[in-house]
Amino acid sequence: MKKYSAFAVVREALRGHKGWDKQWVSPEPRNAYDVIIVGGGGHGLGAAYYLAKEHGITNIAVIEKGWLGGGNTGRNTTIIRSNYLYEESMDIFEHSLKLWEGLSQDLNYNVMYSPRGVMMLSHNIHDMQSFKRHINANRLHGIDNEWLTPEQAKAYCPPLDISATARYPLNGAALQRRGGTARHDAVAWGYARAASDRGVHVIQNCEVTGIRRGPDGHVTGVDTTRGFIGAKKIGVSASGHNTQLMAMADVRVPLVSNPLQALVSEPLKPIFPCVVMSNTVHAYISQSDKGELVIGAGTDQFVSYSQTGGIQIIEHTLDAICELFPMFRRVKMMRQWGGITDNTPDRSPIQSKTPVPGLYVNCGWGTGGFKATPGSAHLFAHLIARDEPHKLGAGLTLNRYYTGRLIDEAAAAAVAH
Amino acid sequence: MSGEFRIAGKGRLTPARQARFSFDGKYYTALEGDTIASALLAHGVHLMGRSFKYHRPRGVVTAGPEEPNALMNVARDAARQQPNVRASVQEVFEGMKVTSQNRFPSLSFDVGGINNLLSPFFAAGFYYKTFMWPKAAWKHIYEPVIREAAGLGVAPKEADPDHYANRYAHCDVLVIGGGLAGISAALAAGRAGAEVILVDEQPELGGAAHYDSGLTVDGQPAYEWAQAAGARLAARKNVKVLTRTTAFGYYAHNFVALAERVTDHLSIPERAAPRERLWQVRAKKVIIASGAIERHMVFDGNDRPGVMMASAARAYLNHFGVAIGSNVGVFTAHDSAYEAAFDLANAGVKIAGIVDVRERPGEAVMAEAARLGIEVMTGQSVVTTGGKLRVNSMSVIRKAGGTQRKIAVDALITCAGWTPSVHMFSQSRGKLRFDAENQRFLPDVYVQECVSVGACNGTDDVSALVAEAFSAGENAARAAGATGDVRTAPEASTAYRWAGGMIGTPEGAGPEDGGKAFIDFQNDVCAKDIRLAVREGMASIEHIKRFTTNGMASDQGKLSNMHGLAIAAEALGKGIPEVGLTTFRAPYTPVTFGTILSHSRGALFDPTRKTPIHAREEALGAVFEDVGNWKRAWFYPKPGEDMHQAVNRECKTVRTSAGIFDASTLGKIEVVGPDAAAFLNLMYTNAWDNLKPGRCRYGIMLREDGYVYDDGVVGRMADDRFHVTTTTGGAPRVMNHMEDYLQTEFPHLKVWLTSTTEQWATIAVQGPKARDIIAPFVEGLDLSNEAFPHMSVAECKVCGVPARLFRMTFAGELGFEVNVPADFGADVWDALHAATEAVGGCAYGTETMHVLRAEKGYIIVGQDTDGTLTPDDATVGWAVSRKKTDFVGIRGLMRPDLTKSGRKQLVGLKTRDPKVVLEEGAQIVADPNQPKPMTMLGHVTSSYWSENLGSSIAMAVVVDGRSRIGQTLYVPMEKETIAVEVTDTVFYDKEGSRINA
Amino acid sequence: MLLIHCPYCQEDRSELEFRAAGEAHIARPENIASISDEAFAEYFFMRDNPKGYIWERWRHFNGCGRFFNAVRHTVSDKFVVTYKAGEPKRSLESLGLGTTNAGGAK
Repeated sequence: MKKYSAFAVVREALRGHKGWDKQWVSPEPRNAYDVIIVGGGGHGLGAAYYLAKEHGITNIAVIEKGWLGGGNTGRNTTIIRSNYLYEESMDIFEHSLKLWEGLSQDLNYNVMYSPRGVMMLSHNIHDMQSFKRHINANRLHGIDNEWLTPEQAKAYCPPLDISATARYPLNGAALQRRGGTARHDAVAWGYARAASDRGVHVIQNCEVTGIRRGPDGHVTGVDTTRGFIGAKKIGVSASGHNTQLMAMADVRVPLVSNPLQALVSEPLKPIFPCVVMSNTVHAYISQSDKGELVIGAGTDQFVSYSQTGGIQIIEHTLDAICELFPMFRRVKMMRQWGGITDNTPDRSPIQSKTPVPGLYVNCGWGTGGFKATPGSAHLFAHLIARDEPHKLGAGLTLNRYYTGRLIDEAAAAAVAH
Repeated sequence: MSGEFRIAGKGRLTPARQARFSFDGKYYTALEGDTIASALLAHGVHLMGRSFKYHRPRGVVTAGPEEPNALMNVARDAARQQPNVRASVQEVFEGMKVTSQNRFPSLSFDVGGINNLLSPFFAAGFYYKTFMWPKAAWKHIYEPVIREAAGLGVAPKEADPDHYANRYAHCDVLVIGGGLAGISAALAAGRAGAEVILVDEQPELGGAAHYDSGLTVDGQPAYEWAQAAGARLAARKNVKVLTRTTAFGYYAHNFVALAERVTDHLSIPERAAPRERLWQVRAKKVIIASGAIERHMVFDGNDRPGVMMASAARAYLNHFGVAIGSNVGVFTAHDSAYEAAFDLANAGVKIAGIVDVRERPGEAVMAEAARLGIEVMTGQSVVTTGGKLRVNSMSVIRKAGGTQRKIAVDALITCAGWTPSVHMFSQSRGKLRFDAENQRFLPDVYVQECVSVGACNGTDDVSALVAEAFSAGENAARAAGATGDVRTAPEASTAYRWAGGMIGTPEGAGPEDGGKAFIDFQNDVCAKDIRLAVREGMASIEHIKRFTTNGMASDQGKLSNMHGLAIAAEALGKGIPEVGLTTFRAPYTPVTFGTILSHSRGALFDPTRKTPIHAREEALGAVFEDVGNWKRAWFYPKPGEDMHQAVNRECKTVRTSAGIFDASTLGKIEVVGPDAAAFLNLMYTNAWDNLKPGRCRYGIMLREDGYVYDDGVVGRMADDRFHVTTTTGGAPRVMNHMEDYLQTEFPHLKVWLTSTTEQWATIAVQGPKARDIIAPFVEGLDLSNEAFPHMSVAECKVCGVPARLFRMTFAGELGFEVNVPADFGADVWDALHAATEAVGGCAYGTETMHVLRAEKGYIIVGQDTDGTLTPDDATVGWAVSRKKTDFVGIRGLMRPDLTKSGRKQLVGLKTRDPKVVLEEGAQIVADPNQPKPMTMLGHVTSSYWSENLGSSIAMAVVVDGRSRIGQTLYVPMEKETIAVEVTDTVFYDKEGSRINA
Repeated sequence: MLLIHCPYCQEDRSELEFRAAGEAHIARPENIASISDEAFAEYFFMRDNPKGYIWERWRHFNGCGRFFNAVRHTVSDKFVVTYKAGEPKRSLESLGLGTTNAGGAK
């Protein structure tokens, strides 16, 4: 893999860019691999990368039914933060955030990680209590999160309206300065390139249609639209489609697949300096490096795999955005789209062994999977390689729904539900 | 006056009706009906913008909403301005101020132009390959520079003073597109008697008739016919015609969203008129007549100002009366461009020559070209252009590498063919098929109740498309039950039958050729960028799109998608259908945020709920807090008091004499029926059978998983009637929870539920003098302690009004809650409040209510609990019946993690320094000196200064809290660590004697 | 925005009047107090979540207030039928939709 650098860009520019390599290899699948990862999104590609890099396992195929990164990885609003409430959550999201901070260098691919701050708005006493609880827990855990007065919030984000005449005036905000955004496609491509460079096969346009097990119940491989491919271990990480994949091995999961919509405005000159989220008025917003305002909505409330949703969700979201930032009323929406989020009852993910030996699942990231991409991938690789979870991911078991030890992150998930 | 390129006698605008506007500070005269683009072109102005990445000089390319280049800031006044307005759509109004974008210091001299020189370094995806070293430089240097360079227009700085409207509409037939096909469909459906809505994005109906002078319908020029037919349609009661209205989104179940531009074209809009109007239409049948969009030729230098679409040049001439140049070149693969040349030539404009990639263009157009003396160069290509701020030459070759012939031009019109507009069809989730013969995607499998007609369905022949559309209109109307006579379809004809078209790059712009052959003008994507993406392993059209950003600008690839696809397919060595088409997403053209949210702003953003007593509280100077949608009196400051002083005074007053409090927001549900008690037994943890009429009890409600969901006092009015209360915030979901179980799990139970939250005003009178205060107003009830002990309820009259009186307290004092019908609430409050003040009592708000109940250890569900506590955790395990065999939550409570030790339990905390008040949400640890990440034992859920106790009090959930009573724990704050002692939750009157006074 | 047929009101009304209420035909177990932890988790947490036909509940919240059942395809979002609470589950066969629910519930 030729190294990316400014020098390489200049060199290639002077010869018509003819010397760039393919970023990843999409070969014909082998008959069998040591590990098959089902799902070619950020989590799956990342897990393959870390399996190769840290566990010396390179005989891996990542099998993706469409184009890599085409699921939720290519559809999210790119927010990165670790200001969650429970220990288990703080562990994984902070682990992920630390990996984000060096990811471009690690992958030799600029994922454009941009820590310009994530600010969560507080509109009433209940919000304040909740955010103070988060702030104090984060601080004692070693995660940056601080309380701002409305005036300080406005100084940090000038477009914010803090007038007392708003329907839900601000009474403060919680700011994580190390939070921010990254370029979602770059994360998928960066992991694909780095994994591919280490020998991982990225198999696109290949849909898994069955999971085969031997007489001892252990997985033996997957049936796909391109034939059977053997595997010693299978890691499933396919966001909205996890239920169907796990059902192929008769494993029940507590997931509900709901549409999550988002939209961008036309590109504007820089106007919005950070990420702002509000639970009470249900919206979140940032501005991409291309100039578009990136705005997220809440999920539609029914099960759907259509990757679309109702316009009323967009309406409510823009209501909220324009209440917080009245100057944006004349800005235009350029494009809207949706993804399929797999949501758990406690809004916390599952990364777990399953009752089927050799089958591992990474699911339930719901509306918050992008920020967790490197952390989840790293921990999932550990789980698959060692057949035991990393200590930071030990609480994310499927078993917790049977014992009652849920990790209730409804507030931290910060998305209308 | 209105421009030296305005040709007398041409176009449809009225010379006498003028409007003046400015563009980058220079004033121009336009005619009413001009767009900014047509007005500027009339004055010979072609330079209208600078491209996003390379800052290349750009002019307008189209005459419609697919415009990628001529985006401008348009201002009516300081507050009414918006960026990224398409000059080819925005009509000029008097006094309009137009400024170009993305250039500094000016359009003609832009320092950003250096990007063009450095363009080899800015190839597609270059930013992924660099800016990584040194690590800190990304955040502090590279990214800020990239962000500054990004974006096109500048966001408005002031709040938008305009308002927007929203309408829901239902119809039998929605026709999207008011060209010949759309009008024909609407005529049939309208005549049949169906309810029809016809929409078109242009100011007038007619579609292609705006520019195509060769079209006739029923013997009339098509444009005139369209206006007349449109007027007849609009006159029908069952037809609504909307112009300047774009159908932008096709949603589930034939729900289509339209954006109507109401005032943006008017010099003096009506004050009451909305700027734009959102129509949300549910149609039984949708007829998509969205036509086809011309695409440009791809060659080096195809983006200079003066290079534009052939049909745009025709529109500017035939509709606006403007010649786009005086020496016009033509580069085409399709017959239609010839008609543009003929129209220009007949208007006196010199045609420098027609360059046609095909060896054999249509015979009829060739003949006419010859007759007009226009040179036609067949089998040749334009390979580059000259000129900086305006095109001044085109260079032509026969085949790649051949000798170039340079021809002077001052405008160059191109046409690579026509792409059926399948956006709305795709949004409806239909499946496309690739028509290989004509190199286009067409609607194939329909998923919703719609049909495509005309050019968007691949039906190009005008006579056929009118018939097809008319028939579709009739069918749709009949399917909706309309029975009227549709009479005969219009008959259309045209001067020439067109053929031809290509996608991708012609000779001279292929893989071996250099230069900048633009595909996506707005995002500066060239043919070689597509090839680079393929070279780097991008094999999916979606990857190619995202890597190059082709098709991701505000024009959404209307000109560029097919070209990008063809070039990618060629580079991949695959067929076009194999490479695929990217997904079409709403909105079809960008839609103003304000239009989508319409009236939901300011006070209308969310409803505000007020109790019947609200005005009285306001009059008393109450400060309010938001509790969900409700406004609740938070505290009542007397003059000079801050919040602490007010709350301290209220707290002391309640316990020394009395206080009066508005509790009307609490949820109330009337549960009635022979099985009422049985139902409550299932919904709550308590046993209700032994609660006698006239008594009330504090109930705990769980979710099925065993966690506390809500609480409230329940009064039994009769054997079969309960007055249930819930928390303020929980009322709607408790009601929903109960209805769910009643309707779907226990439908055999004879019990009915009615929400009475808004029917009862609830006034709490609490404190030692409470009985004295209310007694004079109560009729029909003995209020003595013996006759009406704590936790009683009775019907009686208060102030002469039928009431339900509860003896209960949330303050831990002798207390009553008076429930009267809401309409009487304010007057009853007046009476009781006066009586309260007369004995030295006062009104108190929610903050005092919180403090008083905390002094007594009463929990607040949703504050002290958060959906993860069991009743036992929350100190109310005593409310869980040991005898009942079933209630919601019974099994959840038995799960291993809910019964083991080590759970968080609600306890009290006293700070070692009693003056220190803990922060709600503060975390608690055993060892404050441990390194981070610290092991946290729990957090503070409620914390107050207690004036009655002279110290701070707090409630907290702590791991194994009850077994830690007496221990010292620590609350590490940022600036200090606070030591606390764990106590039980009752701080005041532990024996509870005051309640039983 | 979905258009939903309320089987009680006998009218097609917009989604705004309704609340989604999860998967249908999940009966609260008899003698719930004595079921195993696995059975409880299956009841309370595990879901079919089908990519195909789903049996789900809606409530006509801003209308008659009644809960009812629906069969809908979760990719096209098309409703097949709605029916009252308490009525038996409609089989795919009875609805003329074949017998296998590809990607859907068993």
